Amino acid sequence: MSRVLDRRQVLRGATMAGGGLALSAYMPAWAQPVSAGIAKPLPTVSGEDITLKVAHQMMMIDGRESHAIGINGTVPAPLIRLREGQNVRIHVVNDLDEETSIHWHGLLVPFQMDGVPGISFPGIPARSTFTYEFPIIQSGTYWYHSHSGLQEQEGHYGPILIDPKNPDPVQFDREHVIVLSDHSFQHPHYLFDRLKKESGYFNRQRQTLAGLLAGKDQPLQERLMWGKMRMDPADVADVTGSTYSYLVNGHGPRDNWTALFKPGERVRLRFINASSMTTFNVRIPGLPMTVVAADGLNVRPVQIDEFQFGPAETYDAIVSPPDMRAYTLVGESVDRSGMARATLAPREGMAAEVPPLRKRPLATMKDMGMGGHDMGTMDHGAMQGMGNGATGAQAGSMAGMDHSAMNHGAGSMQGMDHSQMNRGAAGAAAGGMAGMTMPQGQSGTMTGMDHGSGTMPGMAGDQSMAGMDMGNMNMRDFSKAPEVKKGPGVQTISAMPVDRTGDPGQGLENVGHRVLTYRDLTALDRNPDTRAPEREIKLHLTGNMERYMWGFDGEKLSENPDPITLLHGERVRVTLINDTMMGHPIHIHGHFFELVTGKGAYAPRKHTVLVQPGGTVSWDVTGEEGDWAFHCHMLYHMHAGMMRVVQVRKAGEAAA
Amino acid sequence: MSRSILLAGFASAVIAGPAFGQSMDHSMHNMPGMTMPAKPAAKAAPKPTRKATAKPASKRKAPARQAASRRAQAQAPATDPHAGHDMGGMQGMDMGGQQSAPAANPHAGHDMSAMSGMDAPAGTPQDPHAGHDMSAMPGMAMAGDQGGAKVGTDLPPGNKPAPAPSDDHLADRFWGAKAMATSREDDLRREHGGMTYYQVLFNLAEYQARKGSDGYRWDGEAWVGGDIDRLWLKSEGEGGFGKSLDSAEVQALYSHALDPYWNLQAGVRYDIKPNPSRTYATVGIEGLAPYWFEVEGALFLSNKGEVLGRAEGYYDQRITNYFTLQPRVEANFSAQDVPETGTGSGLTDLEAGLRLRYEGRREFAPYIGVSWERQFGDTARYSRARGGDTGGFSFVAGVRTWF
Repeated sequence: MSRVLDRRQVLRGATMAGGGLALSAYMPAWAQPVSAGIAKPLPTVSGEDITLKVAHQMMMIDGRESHAIGINGTVPAPLIRLREGQNVRIHVVNDLDEETSIHWHGLLVPFQMDGVPGISFPGIPARSTFTYEFPIIQSGTYWYHSHSGLQEQEGHYGPILIDPKNPDPVQFDREHVIVLSDHSFQHPHYLFDRLKKESGYFNRQRQTLAGLLAGKDQPLQERLMWGKMRMDPADVADVTGSTYSYLVNGHGPRDNWTALFKPGERVRLRFINASSMTTFNVRIPGLPMTVVAADGLNVRPVQIDEFQFGPAETYDAIVSPPDMRAYTLVGESVDRSGMARATLAPREGMAAEVPPLRKRPLATMKDMGMGGHDMGTMDHGAMQGMGNGATGAQAGSMAGMDHSAMNHGAGSMQGMDHSQMNRGAAGAAAGGMAGMTMPQGQSGTMTGMDHGSGTMPGMAGDQSMAGMDMGNMNMRDFSKAPEVKKGPGVQTISAMPVDRTGDPGQGLENVGHRVLTYRDLTALDRNPDTRAPEREIKLHLTGNMERYMWGFDGEKLSENPDPITLLHGERVRVTLINDTMMGHPIHIHGHFFELVTGKGAYAPRKHTVLVQPGGTVSWDVTGEEGDWAFHCHMLYHMHAGMMRVVQVRKAGEAAA
Repeated sequence: MSRSILLAGFASAVIAGPAFGQSMDHSMHNMPGMTMPAKPAAKAAPKPTRKATAKPASKRKAPARQAASRRAQAQAPATDPHAGHDMGGMQGMDMGGQQSAPAANPHAGHDMSAMSGMDAPAGTPQDPHAGHDMSAMPGMAMAGDQGGAKVGTDLPPGNKPAPAPSDDHLADRFWGAKAMATSREDDLRREHGGMTYYQVLFNLAEYQARKGSDGYRWDGEAWVGGDIDRLWLKSEGEGGFGKSLDSAEVQALYSHALDPYWNLQAGVRYDIKPNPSRTYATVGIEGLAPYWFEVEGALFLSNKGEVLGRAEGYYDQRITNYFTLQPRVEANFSAQDVPETGTGSGLTDLEAGLRLRYEGRREFAPYIGVSWERQFGDTARYSRARGGDTGGFSFVAGVRTWF
């Protein structure tokens, strides 16, 4: 099975990955030499006293030189390897001509060591040194990055690996750190500026007249409906492969970073999404992955073929490649405009076929927060409102119905080959709205559905399903979101947001193999706090793609919104409602939260959660004293204002 | 090597008897081709593992078991390798038939052969919602939910009030109030939504080839400011080569965002041409209309008391992701005759254009197209009286550019 480098394959992958701009370097794409692959490990620093020097440097990506901000001379920054239970002192030398900072993403540190300028400390001025000092009270895969300006986009990020004090419940023979990132040869301020002036600037995969005539993408009627709403379903990623090179450990697709293994070994891959703006779909064709940790913390092993993760999330997965052959590790950008590519191989210089980029997804009505209406990709969350299993009778007409919701009446499905069904379904529901032309509602196919009318909060009732003209719908019904400040920064309010933690992620609904969902995750250890939340905080993720404004509850951080307040030790439930058509990886500093996915005291614990477009996510969290940053980890969303301060005070010290 | 598997099994075994079978089964699903307990097994988790494998579930105390089986249900979707799979391919299946089948077991349909000898089905309560998270359905009475205590994230939230925000900043205690105040302003507010932006855009900057003498035309704007309030400058005009300007105007406007798409704009307009020049107070609206039409409308009140109006709109039709066709219309109106400037009342003139541009770089998009201009009514009569032309076709070539 193993094969030597197939030049054409590699180039095809690379061409698509690099996009137009990246390839306009020194010679045409087809003439650039193909790298044999680099298996060098990341540089490592460890111990109790570490020095990190932040400085401008050059880096090479696919044979092309780029400006970057590195640490100790490398991008990504060195791997910091620590041991649970130790103390660490980290001297950060700022050799830049501007202020910098380092935030230890996912690490539970005293808030004043958390590294967010303006919240936890005043930043590290140009040409000065700052010393962080904190105990290491956890283990797992984490990372660190600048929290100043847009430095993270320039290469100021690196992995952290903490070995557990006690024997690791995950057994492995070898491990690799896989830092996925996005890099542009243009300055991040330039990229942000483009988005501000023309939000679709980087999208070269929009719907076109030529596409319409060729029968691609949405049919005319749907395009008109979306046009009427001034929503672009092709707007899946703000910044795309038209300017980004997608990197694995700092190497471009043609560099082909290679991770070595011996056949039969259990190899632990520590995936870190250190990108600024890119949600990745990660898979290794031909090699199933067993996810054993999420955001650094152990979960019960779950075997999958692909997972999607947003910026700042991490997953650890075990793979056991059985043969003497190479495997391609694909990190495909969610909008399929490019890919990060690496190789797992028994020896250096081997490569496997690089799969072509798959078709880019289009947003659906569900992505616009009309979950109840989008029968094409109906999911678990939406099905919860169905009358106790009594509705299965008409389900035959519901193309694209989610399997997980069918467990109700699955008795006669014994022996069915699920994988084949998925293949069959791929075509049927690829557009998300297949089988349902919205303006007419195709109400016939849905008449039999009992939506548990009245029992489902936020559901407008059965009659609304029939003959509804979505185009006439109020896209900004603020009565559905009383918390949200009305203003130009709020383009849409999700009319019927649904819990999408059971969804595999945008564009992965019908890929024909197992894709991880948040509902697949169960914590290995019992949650440390299993009390009931004392209250619920509802937060809307809001934005305006046209003006490129982003915020929480309609407000940018620059507008001085009130902080989110918690008491130290207080248990609260936070429900995030995505009122936008984009996924947002939401991160809270200094805390792990427990996802509310029906796992009781074994809820998966995370520091960042990707809230799917038009969807909701709930989590429980216990307040830890301090002022903490809370933000969308899409760097330009945060820069545009999508950030809040979480103020946690001891009961006696809180304002009355 | 299979310690993690054992641990997974162990975890569920500790919680639950009935759950054990399911969990184990799923662990196996997750690890095809793995041979079960290898050598480190006994060492890794000796006691509980032995217990779990040896003792049947029924030996456990009843309450514990009840709670545990609930846990097991809750976990079912997570361990279900088929969860989240699309069933689109099942169109036309007789779901009714499934209804009559025993619907209780969430694992029905999965290969249970690995579990022979287990009494998992019997141990599974008849909960039609097994494996489903009902937490999103507050207020809904669930048959299967009664009895037994929920734990952790399965519990509903209370309604305790939130603490009031405090004015202090904890970091001040460590790094000094002054340094933090500066940092809050410079690093936090300004860097997270408080920036100032600007743009200069020429939608039209073109050469016009037409019968008689060729000419030129521009239509551009520039703005600077934040997200809501901006200062706008607009300018448009045209002229013929070898002749003086036909018309030229500049506007300085304050612009305020009204909603996600529309801006209210008010300010002054100054006409450099035609002579004698005029100054106008202007108020208008500009924005993105449904179906992606860029439109603009304005009223102008001159220093002589005359009232003019203008409406403008264009649409960018992407032919491909690089070629865009822009139909554009601009119409000017006047409330009265203004003989001085050769303006008649009513619709004074109309320009309709169709321009095809290439956006290799978005900021510099060369275009070609046609433009049709026409004066109407008294305006046309004034022009004819002066020996000027009243419109016609032009072939145009120019650049749409911004920075």
